[in-house]
Amino acid sequence: MDFIRNFPFFSIILAMFCGILSSVLKGKQARNLCLFMVTTVMLLSGAVLWYTTKAGSFIYMMGHFPAPWGNEIRAGVLEALTAVFFAVILFLSLLGGMKHIFFDVEETKTNLFFILVDLLMSSLLALIYTNDLFTAYVFVEINTIAACGLIMIKQDGHGIVAAIRYMVMSLLGSGMFLISLSMLYDITGQLLMEPAGEAVASLVSSGQYRVPLLVVIALMSVGLAIKSGLYPFHSWIPETYGYATPAASAILSSLVSKGYIFLLIKIFYRVLGYQAMVQTGITNVLFGFGLIGMIMGSVKAIQETDTRKMIAYSSVAQIGYIYMGIGLGTRAGMVAAVFHIFTHAATKSLLFISAVGLYEVSGGKSDYLSLRGSGYRNRTAGLAFAVGSLSMVGFPMLAGFISKLLFATAAVQSPAKMFFTILGLALSTTLNAIYFLRLVISIYSPAEREYGEEVSFLASRKLKAASFLFIVVNLVLGLFSQPIVDAIGVGLNQFI
Amino acid sequence: MSRLKNNYENSRFHRFEAWMAGDTDILKGKLEIRRPEEPEEQEIELDETKINAAVYDMVHNRELRAFRILYRLASVILCLTLIAVLLWTVVYLPKFGEPDNPINNEVSARYIEKGVEETGATNFVTGMILDYRAFDTFGESCVLFIAATCVQVLLRLDDSGSREKQKKKRAEENDRIYEPKNDLILQKVSCVLVPLLFIFGIYIILNGHLSPGGGFSGGAVIGSGLILYLNAFGFKKTERFFTDRTFRRITLAALTFYCLAKSYSFFTGANHLESGIPLGTPGAILSSGLILPLNICVGLVVACTMYAFYTLFRKGGM
Repeated sequence: MDFIRNFPFFSIILAMFCGILSSVLKGKQARNLCLFMVTTVMLLSGAVLWYTTKAGSFIYMMGHFPAPWGNEIRAGVLEALTAVFFAVILFLSLLGGMKHIFFDVEETKTNLFFILVDLLMSSLLALIYTNDLFTAYVFVEINTIAACGLIMIKQDGHGIVAAIRYMVMSLLGSGMFLISLSMLYDITGQLLMEPAGEAVASLVSSGQYRVPLLVVIALMSVGLAIKSGLYPFHSWIPETYGYATPAASAILSSLVSKGYIFLLIKIFYRVLGYQAMVQTGITNVLFGFGLIGMIMGSVKAIQETDTRKMIAYSSVAQIGYIYMGIGLGTRAGMVAAVFHIFTHAATKSLLFISAVGLYEVSGGKSDYLSLRGSGYRNRTAGLAFAVGSLSMVGFPMLAGFISKLLFATAAVQSPAKMFFTILGLALSTTLNAIYFLRLVISIYSPAEREYGEEVSFLASRKLKAASFLFIVVNLVLGLFSQPIVDAIGVGLNQFI
Repeated sequence: MSRLKNNYENSRFHRFEAWMAGDTDILKGKLEIRRPEEPEEQEIELDETKINAAVYDMVHNRELRAFRILYRLASVILCLTLIAVLLWTVVYLPKFGEPDNPINNEVSARYIEKGVEETGATNFVTGMILDYRAFDTFGESCVLFIAATCVQVLLRLDDSGSREKQKKKRAEENDRIYEPKNDLILQKVSCVLVPLLFIFGIYIILNGHLSPGGGFSGGAVIGSGLILYLNAFGFKKTERFFTDRTFRRITLAALTFYCLAKSYSFFTGANHLESGIPLGTPGAILSSGLILPLNICVGLVVACTMYAFYTLFRKGGM
């Protein structure tokens, strides 16, 4: 066996071990360890990506016992690509929000923040690589608790209220996921994805246990949809993303919710069977809610004056896009949805991080009137924010354009849903343009009040570097999209 | 069985010791020292009900009132629907305990038939959670660890920080004077119970691979023993052997050992190498390879986490 096959396991265990070790370290040491861990995971996952494109997907036994008895993880092109991408986004988010982490979090508790980040990374990696349904549940738990901790670590009233809200909604989702998992075990007797998938396929063809299977599908989709914030279950999003420390907002919006969506896609393909899912009509339900979310999220965002909450509502709309893609029920739709996971992760974290650069020079206020002229006071953040906004609106050369193009192309291939998809895309894009361009115009209009010269010193070098790198990631996704889209296609083929 | 003496400072021995050390203040009680009075800070009283009434204007805001009623009604209906759907599904699930149910397949057959031979543990459940599916159990231990971390984030009050935080900490610590102290009945009973609880907990952990039990249940028993001891004798006694630092060290050591041992086992297993860990004779106390030490680790983590939760909710620190 090639040594490189150990790398997914190494990256999960390294992230966990760094989390455990950080409990006795000081804040700065924990930070360095965390950055080292993320960089290493990035390199390891890059190696796995290189290996899987050559040698195809592989299964890694966690212990001495093979498939239906012991735990397993699995790595293919899509898993490796997602892991690399998540590591990059996590690194840049931490880099951009670093100053605020040390400002928002109590000095003696900064190491706890990095414990949470380390374990969050390990759980995201486990959700990506897992080939076992129960492992997925255990790491969903870790993910939920870590996200809660990241929200409340700022320790002000808003943060705690937001954390409670998040916890209630998220635990409801976890509970549904757990119930559906135990029902699935009851009717298949398997916990590993492949044997469970075979058992489900035979149940579908023989017509046994039709009702429980339907309930399992519904509970699993709804549970993970609540956790990722699909439209009618979005009420926790604005406060959570709006009041957490900036790095945490970026991580939560671009990685945590995407981890659940990735898990859902994996379960759809590997356990429940994608064709069977399309036949049950659950994809139509997801399509409908995704479409409503696209419109309603944008409408809510227009009404919002606080920029961070506005960006958060825009997340609701973008999650809607992803579910719409999944709901199209075709391969092209799924490719578009996965590509949009990457687009949204890259763009949303860019927006959250660069928005911070803009408040810093506007007296800490975040409503969009106070941000007037901030694009001149902090040029890097202003440029980054403009790029992020244009990408969200779908400006050519940027990531958002490609994903909108992919969605539209996918819609043409499924005639029944074409009209609504194209209409939704058009409407949502227009609404996106209204609130994002309003903000971009406002940060580049001359300010009414004067800010002293000294404010320009506040813009930290790390934030500048992170914003710049985020722009690069966005341009890479926008300009060199074809190899990535091909890789996603290859990865989805390997799922079956 | 020593009771905490409250009046140690007034005891003859202490006064003698202080005199020897030259700590006795000659002027004590003879000079009138008056502290400058600190201006009392006026706290703004917040009446939640009044604020709510002013913000939402519940009397006149009909729309909001209707929305609230509708919201509650909708949530009740949603819950009832979910309950009904789940109950309805139960009817269609396979009957409990039938021999030809889907769960009675090759998976559980191998756990039962070959479990003893492959893991060395006569308790199948332990063999399953700590050998066949040890990765999940490592995840579960990390769930406990991260939960303890989150409680620390929320409730730990640290010494450093601004004056305001110091003041907050002192205000929180004031709560502790209301804690019951030196309850004779509790102390006598816990003198009998605590050693028994510890021994029983250790027994459960050490015999986890032989009989029902294991790290999670044994750790919970030890943790409750610690909590009982704490309640009977107070923090001064427990702080002599269990502080924040002890908690961190024990958790770190246990989880690190678990992590390294299992990484070794996963690595050898996946690469089809011999792990070289002897399984011993099934049924003996020193058998079943890594399961015994792993059970001890899990037990330590669980006991420490339970105790940590209890002490952190006292407000302040461990």
